[in-house]
Amino acid sequence: MSLLDVEDLSVSFHTPDGIVKAVRNVSFSLKEGTTVGIVGESGSGKSVMSQTIMGLTRGAQVSGKVVFDGRDMFTLKRDALQALRGSEIAMIFQDPLSSLHPYYRVGWQIVEAIRAHDKGLSKAKAHERAVELLGLVGIPQPQRRIDDFPHQFSGGMRQRVMIAMAISLNPKLLIADEPTTALDVTVQAQVLDVLKRIQREFGTAIMMITHDLGVIADMADDVIVMYAGTAMEKSGQHDMFYEHHHPYTEGLLESLPAYGDLRERLRPITGQPPSLINLPTGCPYHPRCPYVMDVCRTKVPPLRQVFGEGPHQSACWLPTDKEGRAAARAAVAAGTYSGATDARLTGDRT
Amino acid sequence: MLRFLVRRIAQGILVLVLVTIAVYALFFAGSPRDIARRIAGRQATPEVVDRAYHRLGLDQPFYAQYRHFVWRLLHGDLGFDFYNGQPVTTVLKQAAPVTLSLAVGAAILWFILGVSTGVYSSVRPRSFIDRAFTASALFFYSIPVFVLGLTLIYFLFFRLTKAGHRWFPASGYVGLTTSVSQWALHLILPWLTLALISAAAYTRLSRSSMLEVLGEDYVRTARAKGLSEKRVILRHALRSALTPVVTQFGIDAASVIGGAILTETVFGLPGLGWESVHAIGNQNLPIIIGVVLISATAIVVANILVDMLYAVLDPRVRLS
Repeated sequence: MSLLDVEDLSVSFHTPDGIVKAVRNVSFSLKEGTTVGIVGESGSGKSVMSQTIMGLTRGAQVSGKVVFDGRDMFTLKRDALQALRGSEIAMIFQDPLSSLHPYYRVGWQIVEAIRAHDKGLSKAKAHERAVELLGLVGIPQPQRRIDDFPHQFSGGMRQRVMIAMAISLNPKLLIADEPTTALDVTVQAQVLDVLKRIQREFGTAIMMITHDLGVIADMADDVIVMYAGTAMEKSGQHDMFYEHHHPYTEGLLESLPAYGDLRERLRPITGQPPSLINLPTGCPYHPRCPYVMDVCRTKVPPLRQVFGEGPHQSACWLPTDKEGRAAARAAVAAGTYSGATDARLTGDRT
Repeated sequence: MLRFLVRRIAQGILVLVLVTIAVYALFFAGSPRDIARRIAGRQATPEVVDRAYHRLGLDQPFYAQYRHFVWRLLHGDLGFDFYNGQPVTTVLKQAAPVTLSLAVGAAILWFILGVSTGVYSSVRPRSFIDRAFTASALFFYSIPVFVLGLTLIYFLFFRLTKAGHRWFPASGYVGLTTSVSQWALHLILPWLTLALISAAAYTRLSRSSMLEVLGEDYVRTARAKGLSEKRVILRHALRSALTPVVTQFGIDAASVIGGAILTETVFGLPGLGWESVHAIGNQNLPIIIGVVLISATAIVVANILVDMLYAVLDPRVRLS
């Protein structure tokens, strides 16, 4: 049984400009001690989705189902949800400076988190535990640093403080919302190492939200590629890099600078992500897709099993077999791709 | 931090020096005889004018006069009220407790009123109660002191007394040392008047400050930690939201200490504002000079206190 099951989750917000469909029909599950990576551009609904799982999106219309450890999160009473937050599901955020309260000492903030759930624990004991946690996440001289304020720490150290606070009650699930985006590259690696160590030691499941494919390569067991609030492709980590099916995944990977070759120009995905108020008809990616066919403009592709047996799904009308997909790629590369007119490409449509 | 404090105090002293120069230039310019006549008051006899002339050293050069003026100030001598025939400090010492009572009570009341309604509004933005608070804030903000004061007197004194309930006196002041309950009773209506009008700005200020803070990442963190909503609002959001409110509060409270002229006049409270009005009517310049200097000092001191409070509230200020 999995620790977290998300079924058909949709989140939308009413704004003066219209209804923003931030997340549409996303389903996935996460097993204990494993990591799911959620990748996508800014505005693809990753953060909204993760906060909805915690019950932190306010004023949103939510549908679908989130079951955590056998409990339906959306029918849970307020007190029960509060008791779960921070103790069984914890979260760390993108910007560790703004995510810590600037007026309180970091030790105080960690002790507060511990004592919010373990009310019987004395202040002294909680303080001891906080020191221990700071040491665990690799903060030197934790005994001394515990009484410092957030602004007295460097970016990487702040994120370690956030991690220490998040793991203070040994949560089953840690949601990391772009935890390394605001950090230097060298510090990023250190923070990811801390997370991996925590996972190894405590068997914590991690939901890693990122737009950085390097983080995915480093951390994730499974990957969900999101675009315009919906899942485009779901696969194991290896398949995402080497056997991807969806043109958007391909675009993401191709826009990475090739290591070592300084002369090669970057190949960004052309165009802009769509407005979540006015989504394009059919596949949301079709205006930017080099493989676009007539059907893409009118019919929304469902997630379909691709490339045989493995747990690999893609929401794309391209052929689901490796040969057909490879032929399309070759045709685009050769400049002979003609979309809908190619019978072989449009043949497989279940 | 210490250097910051020393610099602020030095700045404060500089402001006060500039105020004394301005006051001096304003009141002591012109021919010495005219000044003596002005200072002595409207109905002064020639002997009084003579006494004023010599006491103020008006036969000396201008800079020497200013030096004496400052010297006297430093010794707590605000001058002589020739109109009433007593030192200015005697008059102001009687008036100051009245104004202080009014200011402190009203300030506490308006701070609590304003901040609590503002916080409540921010937690439920666009709700009926939020709109009701906003509307009443606007109402009280735009109503003149004398209208509100007289309305309160009409309903809570006149109508109640006619109905046989003599709960509140309409005017006057009883010293705190004479009777605490009478002191409070005499001040309730003036406190309410001043507080309702001033609270309006605080409702708006704390509402917008809270709304801003509630969108901060660390408030989201507090919720993600599983804290109760009450604790999130009070311990995490309000703590930060109060900083700008406190700044405004210090300055507003200080300006009331300089005399709430309208409130004191409506309720017949013999405070600094009331004294100023009478002094203006009688052209009693020494009293006016005294009140101006006290107000200026109150505002300068309040500003320094606010800066110190800022450092207490925000460790980023304290530690940098």
